[in-house]
Order: sequence, then structure tokens, then C-alpha cells
Amino acid sequence: MSRKRSFSVVGRSVLKKDGLSLAQGAPLFCEDLLPRGCLYARVLRSPHAHARITAIDSSVAESMEGVHAVLHHGNVPRVMRTTAGQGAPEPSPYDFTTFDNKVRFVGDRVAAVAAETPQLAAEALGRIKVEYELLEPVLDPRLAMQPGAPRIHDEPDAKVVIPVPYEPQKNMAAHVDMQIGDIERALDDADFKIEREYECQYAQHTPIEPHCALAEPLADGRIRITTSTQVPFHVRRIVAQALEVPVSRIHVVKPRIGGGFGAKQEVLIEDLSAFLAMRSRRPVFLRLSRSEEFLSRTRHSMIVRLRTGVDKDGSLKAVDLDVLANTGAYGAHGLTVTCNCGSKVLPLYRWPVIRFSADVVYTNLPVAGAYRGYGATQAAFAMEIQMDEMARSIGMDPVDFRLANHVRRGETSPVFAALGEGGEGTPQSIGSIGLKKCIREGARAIGWKRRRSRGKGPLRRGLGMVCLMQGSSIPQVDMGAASIKMNEDGSFNLLVGATDIGTGSDTVLAQIAAEVLGVEADKVLVTSSDTDVTPFDVGAYASSTTYLSGEAVRKAALDVAGQIRKVASEMLGGAPKAIRLENGRALASDGKAVLLSEVALRSLYEIDQHQIGAMASHITRKSPPPFSAHFAEVEVDIQTGMVKVLKYVAAVDCGTAINPVLAEGQIEGAVVNGLSYALCEEFIFNDKGKLRNDSFRDYKIFCTRDLPQIETILVPTYETSGPYGAKSVSEICINGPLPVISNAIFDALGVRLRRAPYTPERVLAAIREGSKDLVE
Amino acid sequence: MEIHVEVNHKPLVWKVNPGEILLDVLRREGYKSVKFGCGQGDCGACTVLIDGQSMRSCLLLAGQVEGRSITTVESLGNHDDAHPLQSSFVECGAVQCGYCTPGMLLSSKALLDENPEPDEDQVREALDGNLCRCTGYKKIIEAVLRAAERMRS
Repeated sequence: MSRKRSFSVVGRSVLKKDGLSLAQGAPLFCEDLLPRGCLYARVLRSPHAHARITAIDSSVAESMEGVHAVLHHGNVPRVMRTTAGQGAPEPSPYDFTTFDNKVRFVGDRVAAVAAETPQLAAEALGRIKVEYELLEPVLDPRLAMQPGAPRIHDEPDAKVVIPVPYEPQKNMAAHVDMQIGDIERALDDADFKIEREYECQYAQHTPIEPHCALAEPLADGRIRITTSTQVPFHVRRIVAQALEVPVSRIHVVKPRIGGGFGAKQEVLIEDLSAFLAMRSRRPVFLRLSRSEEFLSRTRHSMIVRLRTGVDKDGSLKAVDLDVLANTGAYGAHGLTVTCNCGSKVLPLYRWPVIRFSADVVYTNLPVAGAYRGYGATQAAFAMEIQMDEMARSIGMDPVDFRLANHVRRGETSPVFAALGEGGEGTPQSIGSIGLKKCIREGARAIGWKRRRSRGKGPLRRGLGMVCLMQGSSIPQVDMGAASIKMNEDGSFNLLVGATDIGTGSDTVLAQIAAEVLGVEADKVLVTSSDTDVTPFDVGAYASSTTYLSGEAVRKAALDVAGQIRKVASEMLGGAPKAIRLENGRALASDGKAVLLSEVALRSLYEIDQHQIGAMASHITRKSPPPFSAHFAEVEVDIQTGMVKVLKYVAAVDCGTAINPVLAEGQIEGAVVNGLSYALCEEFIFNDKGKLRNDSFRDYKIFCTRDLPQIETILVPTYETSGPYGAKSVSEICINGPLPVISNAIFDALGVRLRRAPYTPERVLAAIREGSKDLVE
Repeated sequence: MEIHVEVNHKPLVWKVNPGEILLDVLRREGYKSVKFGCGQGDCGACTVLIDGQSMRSCLLLAGQVEGRSITTVESLGNHDDAHPLQSSFVECGAVQCGYCTPGMLLSSKALLDENPEPDEDQVREALDGNLCRCTGYKKIIEAVLRAAERMRS
């Protein structure tokens, strides 16, 4: 593609298309769209972490007036599948069915009811009699694969549908292994060898809109599902699979979505709404309560063991990354999240010798899934703390240490070829990287080199820094498509499968089309994510939309532009190629011009009538990483253990920021979500595996008062494989806070925190334990 | 039971059940801008103004607002005539998914009605009970300060 660097619409912060509608509180979300006569669904959930259902009697509930359908394992077909909204065939195990005769965590599905009111549905749940045979639960991932551990998936029909390691008899949901070079020898040969263990915790996405789905049986026998999802096309396929009906019977509509962050890359409730609608022949709405939302999907808690070797001169010798990932009761996303621990972290530095292995284990705890960062968060946590420790062990500045060792443009990493989404990966070399500039500008913004005192009283200050990478789409797997048609006033309809979940992708994609077509973004009317109307797209995940779907839009727009030029050349004379599209006009080389509306009128009404329009698809051959450097200054009260973040700097290379304000919004949102995870978010279980803090009162997330001063720096590069040089921006920055705050605490106190979150209790304990080297 | 309220300056008579939650009644009566987020008064998505005060409609029974005046975002402005808070939220990038936005706007309005010249700390304090998971709050705070400035001039 051309490397045109001056754009007219791309690179401008045009207003978010749905912004003003949302700011009017317009009825655009799933729950705002309930039809008359809609029933309300509720789900009966397991009170036990591990139990067999020996008897279930729903006859009383079914006979209640106003109760229209009751579902449980006795009256719903058993279809093994995964809830993970991934491309088919999915790399996640088929270890889930709509209802099973076994429950595997506190909160697992037992039955569902649709009734005239939510209260009646809740009452009906109480009338369902269930008898359980209690089984010993597995509540510690370290013990899950021990010989003799209780088996969580003993059903004979659990399976994988692509050839990947899966041993449910050992509670092993997935396994990853790769090695490049002789790791033991390389570690032994290094001047310094460091071996540490890190542990990061369960967390929940907490979209402010909980999961909800409306299913409506239509007169023609089809079912329309309006749902709060990141993956409408996967919802269609997986619901059809669960209901054992053809895909053509299911129509999925995505309204505006109240946040996803990965939680809604999962088909968690649509099957229930659809089943209940089919049985009751009434529209059925199901929305999770906040406490249910906490148990919907979570971030994989992980134990990361990291061995690294470094020489005195600062050169990296070897890395051995060993991960124990807890996928909870079901294996959705377990393999792929864990693969990303390696593939989105190890290529950042030039390691000559690499080993990566991981076990993904079942436990009787809440189910993990996709969560912004997707495994990179957990592994970068370990890696970036250890990079800090390595730098200090050889007496090198952590900034200089990273500048010396990070991957360069034109270089590759063997990890790209070795690790993909379950199988082998896709080799790629780095085409664009602005990391050096991110590091330098970030260091300047935080005042890295300034002379500073760490403080003497109870308040100690410190600085930390980290480097990060992610990807942009899943190469050779993800596909996005777009179609564009021209209207008589010179506006365009852009139809995309791409799924705007609040990120602003509708706006960004309109800007890309507008840039090609020479119009303002408001001339591009976007319809997204309706499985009957728009072309296919895998959906909003894997940091893919701008890079992948954006290129599909650009291709479709180029096709349309060619058609416009052809008509315009008939009107203006000269060759189509010589015609430029700008400011809503087609311009010939002699300066003559026609308005696009005149082109459209001619093509629709006047001569050689035809619809100017095109459709295009795109798959990617690479997944170019965005890069980022984060810096933080903290103040720690050594008497209370309170950590206060004073300033946070995120410098980000996302290629071309198609819409800088929206890109900043992704960065700031991810940073604050990450800070909240680093400092306060965690799941607290009782000894029976029940989540104790399933409300915002007990599970604290950051609010306005907790916010540090945040500075966002966009460092433009140009990724030639992306639309107008763009890469991704949505996930990368959530990976920074966990390690950078730990590094800053170390700088302040000389104490390492390798277990998150850094609550006052944990900081105080670390001070007590590590006070002997407080002077380090 | 019947209750008399004023919603967005319009006097109304509602038939409600004694145990009904204000959030549910408002949504049933068509005020869909008022959102369910947690049902426990923790997230602020259901914020409305009652006699100008920012309140959680999920914690109130409909019967408790007898004779009171309720403000929802539906009253703020529209596409052609947006309230300065609405336009500054959009311009600053303070709207991502938009689910917390109505609550944020109303808490901001309550602040600006009382204090037209807030500093950043006062904005943070006023929005403390409204959770947002998308934006990281920075642009929301900027938007409120910008709207305040615009409303003063």
C-alpha cells in the first residue's frame, strides 16, 4: 500500500459516532429493547463446588401460574461444546453442555426458569428440588494434577476438536511446551541466574452492564437474539449448536454494549434465553445479577515460575517460563490464554535460548476466560519484575538494560513461529517498532534521571518502568469483512461484522472508509454486527478490529472508489485512474469536478444504472505487536503499607492512531483497569470454594478518587501491513501496572512484591520479611 | 398505590406496588436512560437527581419519592440542542460504552448546579460513586471541567 502520511480524516479525533446518542441516554442497550409480553429468566446455581445431581424435581415450579418454562439436565439435549467465542473449530475443549448432571463450581448452572416477572422466576427457582451427592473439590491449582486428586471432568464425552494435549483424567485442560536451545546449559553458563515465583490472582472484568440477552421466537420459526456480546457471529454458531438447529434459524443482533473486556467473548447466557424462548414461545430476557456477573468469567489466576540468565555486560542468555494456569471448572480459553503468556511476552527481548511450558488445570473454582491482556498480563507481570531484578543484579539502569535488549525492526523471534493459538504459530518479523522512543519519552515525562530522594520518614517514594508488547489479531485465523454502498446524496452505508463494544470501532472504521472515499466521516453511516444484515467478522477480541476489520473496510472502499472514478470519468472525461476523490467530489486532472452526489444520482437514476457498492474480506498474515513503555511513581507509607500512585506515564506505539482521542481512551481505560488489579482487585474464597466478595462493596474497583495523574504519549510508527499504518491499542496497556508498581515499590523500599494485589497487608508483610535489605 | 411525582418538570401520577424499586418504575415508565448496574447502590449507573440531589434509584422504593421532583438524562438536551455536559463528554472522549454515562452526567450536573466553578478534586469527589470501567475516568473529569468553563462563559 502507499505510505501516504498526510491524511484528511485518519489521524483526526472525529467525534465518536454514537457519543451524543449515548449521552442522551437513548434506549440503545439490550435491556432497553424488551418487547411487550417479555418473560424474565433466572438461573438456579450450584451451592456446592463439586457435586453430582442425583435427583431434580421441577414439577412444582412448572405448575406455578406465570411460569412458562423450566430447563434442567433432564429435559435439555446434551451437546458437548465450549462457551468460548472463538473461530471454529475452537481450540478450547468441549467440556460443557447446557445442563449437566454434575456441578463443578459454586455458581454452576443447575436449572433455568422463564416467568412473567423476575420475582416470580426467582420464586420458582426456590421450588425446584435438587439432591446432590457431594464430591471432594479441588480448590488449589497446585494440587489439581497430583495423583489421586478428585477428577473434575469424568464425563466420557469431554473432548477436544483440534489436536491439542488434553488429559481430563489428570485435570489437565491443556498443556504447552516449546524449547529453543539447551536451556540448562545456557542458564548455567550465565554470569547471573535468577529464579523466582510469581502469583497473580483471580479478577473479574466488571463491565457496568452485566451480561444480558433477549431471545424472541419469530413467526417464521426463527429466533432473534439481541445480546450484549463481543462475538455475534460466534453466538449464532454456538447457539445453533446447543439448540441443534441450523445456523439459519438464528438471527443475532448486537445493540450498544455496556463494556466487555473479554467477559462477553463467551456464549454464556444466549443458549438459555433461546431455549426458554423456544419452549415458552415467548420473548425471554435474561440478565445476570451483579453477584452472578462476578462468577461469569474471570481472569486466569496463574503461578508463574521464571528462570533467567544474564551476563555482566547486560546480555540476555536464557529464559525459562513455566506457567501453572487455573482455568477453573471449564477450559474455555485455557489453552490460548496460556499460549499468549509466551507468544506476547517472550519475543519482546532478544533471548538466544528459550523454554516455555505450561499446564492449564481444572479446579472447582470460578471459570476463567478471555480478559483484556489475555495471558500477556500474567506473564509480563513476572517478566518485567525479573527484568528489573536482572538489571539491578548487574548494576545497570533498568531503562538502559531494556534499551540494550529489546527486539529491533526487521528482527524476528522464534517464538512467533513456535507458538500460535493452540498449535504452531506464524513466523513474522517486526515491521514497525517505536519502543526506543516510547522508553525515552516516557523516561523524560516521569523524570527518570532526576535526582530524587526516596524519603526518610514513613512516606517513601520510588520509580518503576516496564516495557510491553501485544499483538494485532490472530494471523491466518481471524477474518473480518465489510461492505459499502453509495447513496444518492454522496453518503455511504458501511456494513461491518466488526463489533463495537464501546471502543469506538464504528467510528474508526468509518474514518478509514472516509479517507479512501474522500468524504468526512459523518458521510459514512455504519451498521455493525447483525448476522442477517452485515458480513461476517470474528468479533471484538485479540486486539483485532482496527488492524483486521479496518483493512477489510479499506479494501471495500478502494473497490467502491474505483467504481466512482469510472462513473466520474464518464462525466468528466479522461481516464478513471486520473480522478481523485476529495472533499466529497471527484476531481479530474484538468481541475474539473463533480460532486459525489452527482455521481450517485447518475448511477442510481440516469445512465447505465447500477448500485455502486462492494464487499471485501481480510485475513492477516502477521500480528504486528504494538509496543509500550510504562513508568510510575509511587509513594508507600511504610507504617500502613498503603501504596499511592502519584504519576503514571504510558507511552504507546500503536502505529497510526486512526482516532487519537479514542486511542488515548483505550490506553487510559486499560491503565486504570490494570492499576485497580494491581492494587485492590482479588477474589476471596471460603474453604468450600465459595466467592465471598461478589459485590462492588467487597470487591473494590478504582473510582475517580483513586486515580493518579496519568500522562498518555502516542508514539506514531507506520505499520505497512495495517490500514493507514495502524496496529492495535486496546489490550496492551492493561499489562503495565502489575509489574511497574511492583518495580516502583522496590525502588522505594528495596522490597519485591511478587504476589498481587499489593494491598496494605501484603506490602507490610513484604516489608517485615524483606526489611533486612531495605537499604539495597 | 398511587404516587405523585414530577419527572423532568412533568407532573405524573404512577400506579406502583408498595415494594417496587424506583429504578424499575422509571424504566417501566420509559425513562430508559436510568441503568441497572448492580442493584446494590454501589455503581451509580441508576443515578437520578431527586430535588437536585444525586441519588441511587436502585436503593429507593417508588413510594419514597411521593411529591418529589426527579431529573433524568432525558431532560438534559438532544442532538440539536445538547447540554454543555453532553457535548463536552463527547468531545473529550468521556463516552466509551456509554452505560455509565447517564449517571455520570447527572452527578456532574448536581455538582455544577451547586458549584459552577469546581476544581479537579471537587469533580473527583462528586463522581466518586459512579463507576466506569472503560475510560479510566481521566477524560470524564476533563469533560466536567470543560463543561463548567463553557457554562460560565
